[in-house]
Amino acid sequence: MAKVTIPIGPQHPSLKEPESFSVTIDGEKIISMTMKLGYNHRGIEKACEERTYLQDMYLIERICGICSHTHSTCFIQAVEEIAGLEIPRRAAYIRSLVGELERIHSHLLWLGVAGHEIGFDTLLMYSWRDREIVMDLLAMLTGNRVNYAINTIGGIRRDINADNIRDILKAVDTLEERTKYYIQIATQEVTLIQRLSGVGTLSFEDAKRLGAVGPTARASNLPRDTRKDDPYAAYGELNFKVVTDTHNDVYGRTLVRVGELMESYAIIRQILTNLPDGPIAVKAPRKIAPGEATSRYEAPRGEDLHYVKSNGSDKPERVKVRAPTLANLQSVSKMLENGYLADFPIVIAAIDPCFSCTDRMIVGVHHPDGELAGAMDWKALRTYSIDWYKKNRGVNFKIKA
Amino acid sequence: MIHSLFAIFIFPGFLFLCVISLAAEFIDRKVYARLQNRVGPPWFQPLADMIKLFGKEDIMPEEANPLMFKGLPIFALAAVATAFLYIPLWSPESLFSFDCDIIVVLYLLTLPTIAFFLAGWYSTSLYAMIGAIRSLTQLFAYEVPLFLGVLAPAIIANTWSLSGLIAFYRIHPVLAACNMLGFFVSIIALQGKLEKVPFDIPEAETEIVAGSFTEYSGRLLAMFRMAIAMELVVGASLFSAVFLPFGFGLPLAGAIAAYIVKIVFIILLSCLIRTLFARMRIDQMVEFCWKYLAPIALTQILINLLIKGMVL
Amino acid sequence: MWPGAMLKEVLCSLFKKPATHNYPFVKIAKPEAFRGKLNFFSDKCIGCKICMRDCPSNAIIIHKIADKQFEAEIRLDKCVYCAQCVESCPKKALEATHDFELASLSQDSLRVIIK
Repeated sequence: MAKVTIPIGPQHPSLKEPESFSVTIDGEKIISMTMKLGYNHRGIEKACEERTYLQDMYLIERICGICSHTHSTCFIQAVEEIAGLEIPRRAAYIRSLVGELERIHSHLLWLGVAGHEIGFDTLLMYSWRDREIVMDLLAMLTGNRVNYAINTIGGIRRDINADNIRDILKAVDTLEERTKYYIQIATQEVTLIQRLSGVGTLSFEDAKRLGAVGPTARASNLPRDTRKDDPYAAYGELNFKVVTDTHNDVYGRTLVRVGELMESYAIIRQILTNLPDGPIAVKAPRKIAPGEATSRYEAPRGEDLHYVKSNGSDKPERVKVRAPTLANLQSVSKMLENGYLADFPIVIAAIDPCFSCTDRMIVGVHHPDGELAGAMDWKALRTYSIDWYKKNRGVNFKIKA
Repeated sequence: MIHSLFAIFIFPGFLFLCVISLAAEFIDRKVYARLQNRVGPPWFQPLADMIKLFGKEDIMPEEANPLMFKGLPIFALAAVATAFLYIPLWSPESLFSFDCDIIVVLYLLTLPTIAFFLAGWYSTSLYAMIGAIRSLTQLFAYEVPLFLGVLAPAIIANTWSLSGLIAFYRIHPVLAACNMLGFFVSIIALQGKLEKVPFDIPEAETEIVAGSFTEYSGRLLAMFRMAIAMELVVGASLFSAVFLPFGFGLPLAGAIAAYIVKIVFIILLSCLIRTLFARMRIDQMVEFCWKYLAPIALTQILINLLIKGMVL
Repeated sequence: MWPGAMLKEVLCSLFKKPATHNYPFVKIAKPEAFRGKLNFFSDKCIGCKICMRDCPSNAIIIHKIADKQFEAEIRLDKCVYCAQCVESCPKKALEATHDFELASLSQDSLRVIIK
């Protein structure tokens, strides 16, 4: 069979978000892969510049549906750094608590997605069923299953009480039991192991060179974890270990994620036993003093990075977001080298991609004469679309004067 | 004449097959859901899906060969429905039994897979083409174990006809227990024929959209779906005749009940298999079939040859 | 290592109650803290419009209808249900209810005016 290039995306059942991959295959083997980003550019950074810091927080939270607490905390940390606000310890602990609950829900979600990508729908159904336990906890604590809106500048919005703590501890016990079961499945089920091990290998050197982050890096034995490297919220006071694995493949990434689930349960127990008393927020000014700050946060997918620049008004001058998926995308083409087409979905899924969060900007390349290459102005775009419809669909749109 | 036509098209032919296929699909989907701790679809869901598909527009790729594109679903459907006529359901004799009908049934059951391959090939779509090639590759892997498994009981019975087989095992019911290895192999190979997990490689939705059926829609897709649903029932009926040749001597109501129990059992087994496993890769699938399934099937043949030589 | 490791769990599920609910017919309990459709108490409103200023999606507009009399126009289609306005309001004139089944075919019904 001759070499063929097949398009995977922007619309494809294995991708939950629009992104375009062109895979050249020879039979079932992948020869090369190119990807094209930017299908879901939402202009969030620019929109942030038009809104106040408080409004931005809710906008930033909507960058990602899965790691919404990640983005809002990361942004708020930068703002608080510029404003010189010291958040109360109780607030820091509760931020970590919600962060860990979010990690649990994200990893359980990933486990299900991974199962689905290799056609193991039973695993999907069970892990998503168990994920409901943590979703209910998040709804109980924050008022919503996603987009928790628990952060506010200078602290958090909702306190937790003794009843909540009891409920969380009970749920965490159940989840721990379930996670142990998944670890057992992951080490016993032959078809699962066969589909995951040896697939999408990324060596330690490559992980380091290509700047992999999160579980992708940790599965290549690269102990890169912002919670340890640059502690934020309450992580400096908590005792946990960075889960790493030496498998270097998708199987390793699975083991790292289930291992991290177990660590998260331990972290949550520590947070709840050591939860300090006191206020949950300090009063924040509406206008933030001029300055700039970068903030890092360990999202379930890896290191998230936000940059905020303030000019002294109540609106930021510049906000920049780098989602963890962007850091991991470079590794994907390395992982796919000499792989099978059948492994394509699981290799992509193994970095836990969040393409909509990644798409930050479109870069226009300037010609030497100053014209934007490939860019069309409004009028030209309109004429082009009318012509296109006339030619391809036989629809004649009347051009209004 | 009228009687034959009624038998072919109404009962126990095509229309009856349609009804039990939809029922089988419902059982399969409902049990699959319950095994996954879900509620599952209501009883009319498979029928509703069919009606919906039949009501939809047929879209054909510009480059596709219209004759092949439109003809192949009918071909697949006809092949499966024909195979059904040669399988004894509850009476020891099938509608049109003749000598060597077991071979004919097996080959008629191969035809849908060939139709899937051709359908994919003539769809002129990349995904469909990859799906088509995978169908064919997979066919070569599971077909031999399936044939060996199904033909093993015939070796003891010393006949190539299904009714002869049933007649033999009615006299020697204990010997049917010797074929369990072949039954095991055939059930697994059937998953490949039905393109279900772990062998749903040709239509792996996360990889190649819908494989051969990517370009199909509306009525033509409905026919393919119907053919697959019927294949499950025909396969289960064949296995129940070959491996579980019990209950044929009972009075009509009892025999029909025995038939239903047997095919439901086989459908449940198939459903359990697709619940428990992840989809294999095509290379792993071929390796599995030749390394494990084929030798097990050959062992069954060996056992049966020994039994035939020593016991009978 | 063996195939079918989930066999026991799967067979047990067959006799368990399904984990999914038949949603529109069976309602699910919402948590106490749930943030749904907004409610407005016009007698408490002083017309400071802080809610309008803090709303991230411009979903709330306070109209003055008479002297010291205000009504709230809430755009359910724009609202992101963060309940920041409830927090910002100095007089507790706003409240997040548990009402969330707000889907509608007409846009007009998504514009709610509470006097």
